[in-house]
Amino acid sequence: MKKKADWYEYLWIFSALYIVLGFVNILFAWLGMLCFVIPLLIALFKGEKSYCNQYCGRGQLFELLGNRLGFSRKKDILPFIRSSWFRYGFLIFFLAMFGNMVYSTYLVFTGTSELKQVVTLLWTWKLPWHWAHTVTAVSPGVAQFAFGFYSLMLTSTLLGLITMVLFKPRSWCVYCPMGTMTQTICKAKSCRIQ
Amino acid sequence: MEHKKITGMEGMKFKPRKKAVVHRAQCVACGSCTKVCPLRAIKIIRGAYAAVCEKTCVGCGKCRVACSASVIRVEARA
Repeated sequence: MKKKADWYEYLWIFSALYIVLGFVNILFAWLGMLCFVIPLLIALFKGEKSYCNQYCGRGQLFELLGNRLGFSRKKDILPFIRSSWFRYGFLIFFLAMFGNMVYSTYLVFTGTSELKQVVTLLWTWKLPWHWAHTVTAVSPGVAQFAFGFYSLMLTSTLLGLITMVLFKPRSWCVYCPMGTMTQTICKAKSCRIQ
Repeated sequence: MEHKKITGMEGMKFKPRKKAVVHRAQCVACGSCTKVCPLRAIKIIRGAYAAVCEKTCVGCGKCRVACSASVIRVEARA
């Protein structure tokens, strides 16, 4: 008899919906902060990676596309991607880009620079995204953060999809900055306990 | 049709000849392996790495296939 699926096994729907909503209204990008805050809180207070293990909608989405729909070659990942220097290097790079995005938001908040209605893909290519800025009642800084954050989320999804196709479905999890960060917190916490 | 009774199997225990081994230092604790294990013999320990219960593991290799970091191998038991 097939086991009844738990509620959290459907969180991939939210991950897919998040990408779609970014095309409709950029302010929905703020919801992505949940994917940043929840795993950190779980790691800090419970010392576990249960977000990655159970609740990560993106991981579930890659699993669905790669395993069930067969979009993955299911090959072993390149050894350098799982090495510590690459994982921590990517985490530092990702955090630096996040900091840069927060600084850009600050400049818009203070009125030093203007709102840029673009989504930057792979930190390089600026795509016009003005149609998604439908609610103009909010502060330009709020919208700037949404554009910046959606850029990060779209870029990481794209990287995840590429590695899903080339390697195993959840290859993104190997170098996911949130995964690296939460694992480091968990390791530090377990060292303190011991 | 007559069924023949199989004799000589009483009291025999199944002893798996293989087991899964995780390279702990390289494990990213993503949990892909825990989902596929039919015997729930693999668990994520304190969010740091996956660990296999040697008593339960039968070395089927499903975790090796699912491991996104490819750090699980199936080897012969000593």
